[in-house]
Amino acid sequence: MAVVMVNVEVAPNIFRLKAAGSYTGRMGQFYMVRAWDKYPLLSRPLSIFNRDGGGIEFLYQLAGEGTKLLSALRPGDELQLEGPFGNGFPEVPAEEKVALVGGGIGAAPLFYALGEYSAADVYLGFSREAYLVQQFEAATTGNVIVDVGGIVLKQVDFNAYDTIIACGPEPMLQAVQRRKQESASAAKVYVSLENRMACGIGACLVCSVKCRDQRRKACADGPVFLAEEVVFE
Amino acid sequence: MIDLSCSIAGVHFKNPVVMASGTFGFGREYGSLYDINRLGGISGKGLTLHPKEGNHGIRVFETPSGMLNSVGLENPGVASFLREECEYWAGLKLARIANLGGNTLEEYVEGARLIEEDALRRRVSGNQAVDMIELNISCPNVRAGGMAYGIKTAVAREVVREIRQATTLPLMVKLSPNAEDIVQMAVMCEEEGADAVSLVNTFSAMKIDIYKRRSVFDNLYAGLSGPAIKPIALRMVHQVSKAVTLPVAGMGGIQSAEDIVEYIMAGAAVVQVGTHNFVHLRAGEQLVDGLQAFMEREGISSLDEIRGVV
Repeated sequence: MAVVMVNVEVAPNIFRLKAAGSYTGRMGQFYMVRAWDKYPLLSRPLSIFNRDGGGIEFLYQLAGEGTKLLSALRPGDELQLEGPFGNGFPEVPAEEKVALVGGGIGAAPLFYALGEYSAADVYLGFSREAYLVQQFEAATTGNVIVDVGGIVLKQVDFNAYDTIIACGPEPMLQAVQRRKQESASAAKVYVSLENRMACGIGACLVCSVKCRDQRRKACADGPVFLAEEVVFE
Repeated sequence: MIDLSCSIAGVHFKNPVVMASGTFGFGREYGSLYDINRLGGISGKGLTLHPKEGNHGIRVFETPSGMLNSVGLENPGVASFLREECEYWAGLKLARIANLGGNTLEEYVEGARLIEEDALRRRVSGNQAVDMIELNISCPNVRAGGMAYGIKTAVAREVVREIRQATTLPLMVKLSPNAEDIVQMAVMCEEEGADAVSLVNTFSAMKIDIYKRRSVFDNLYAGLSGPAIKPIALRMVHQVSKAVTLPVAGMGGIQSAEDIVEYIMAGAAVVQVGTHNFVHLRAGEQLVDGLQAFMEREGISSLDEIRGVV
């Protein structure tokens, strides 16, 4: 059982939650989180937003019953964390040029990744209001490019990077895949999927992803896939 | 000394906690979290003769006290299961149940025949991997086959009869709550030589996205499971248990040791736990411990003392 240290609204309907304790987890991995006993039934998969010796942080958007209950947590309240799960973002040689592209709450796992990709350029797209931009700026020696209400992907030069990692809503990830094809970029382009999940460990097949060779599990084989592998349905 | 064990058609269950098909993969994932050999048994992911992609679109949606799924029997196929998973199963020390589905009668029979062949070969070498077949005639999420076989007793009879002839393995038939008469269906299974019945599979159900004005699911309907269905499933287990002499595996919405006791009191020989595996990843061992503690607390020395008392 983890204990909430901080749970604050950093933008309308966007919350940053920190739980005390020593938790493991690589960039791009996630935890199954719940702060209720029986209802709603399922835990919520939340990617690691940040982690240090004192605790682990998640950034989440208020979207339904589960996240509503999470948003009501106060310091000292308890929550259950199972994880870390998923494959996480790839290791990249330090000299490689990396772009991180986040759409809305999809920015969450990218922040933690800046610990490894310390010089990455970060592209953040928001539909209404930008959040945590200063934190991103402080965490990277690269550029942080923000777009509110537009399509941030338009600003990414796919030929300027060795590795591009995107996390956000599916239409954005589909666009990433298209851009990779159209630009004939040599970059390794990854997408981190935000599929619905039930178990989070690869048993239920709820989050199954159609890939070019076979179906894979977003929770256990992903959530990070090479963009060209995924067949968006 | 409390005895939680049970035997169905010669298959030993060290306790009545069996993990339900479709919620436990083939055990590996949960096996990395806790010692699944503590369980009474597992029923593996539903298999069809050929690999199956499953359904498109959203596959899960939560409801009050329940969950709708539209996975649609995604599975690697019988041959892949026998090749990739059976060695792992052979090393497990619990009752191992292969769940078999199909689109056509021929597919069911061929699937059973392959499992039978593998079982016979392994039996000779003392390397058994499948103890029982659970015949799935009740999945509501596949258009052809599946539940279509599980609604009409006359149609189901043909499948059960053919599979009974195709395998020497103990045969459990998984019944649908959507059957026109689930008691009649169970009686038919007994008449056709099945060794047990398990019930219930998910309830055919629906969720509409009122803004998009369409069903949430590409397949229109989905299967409802979880605590929402427990009172209905329990009633069905009670009715079936009274009508047949076959052992009954009861399932639907089990979340606690007390829920298991209810099913045993309704007449179940063992229970199957499904959705709760998603709620708490270590649900299996928690339920075994909880049941043990309940029996100690209540001074019950064996499940036979309470089985079917209601």
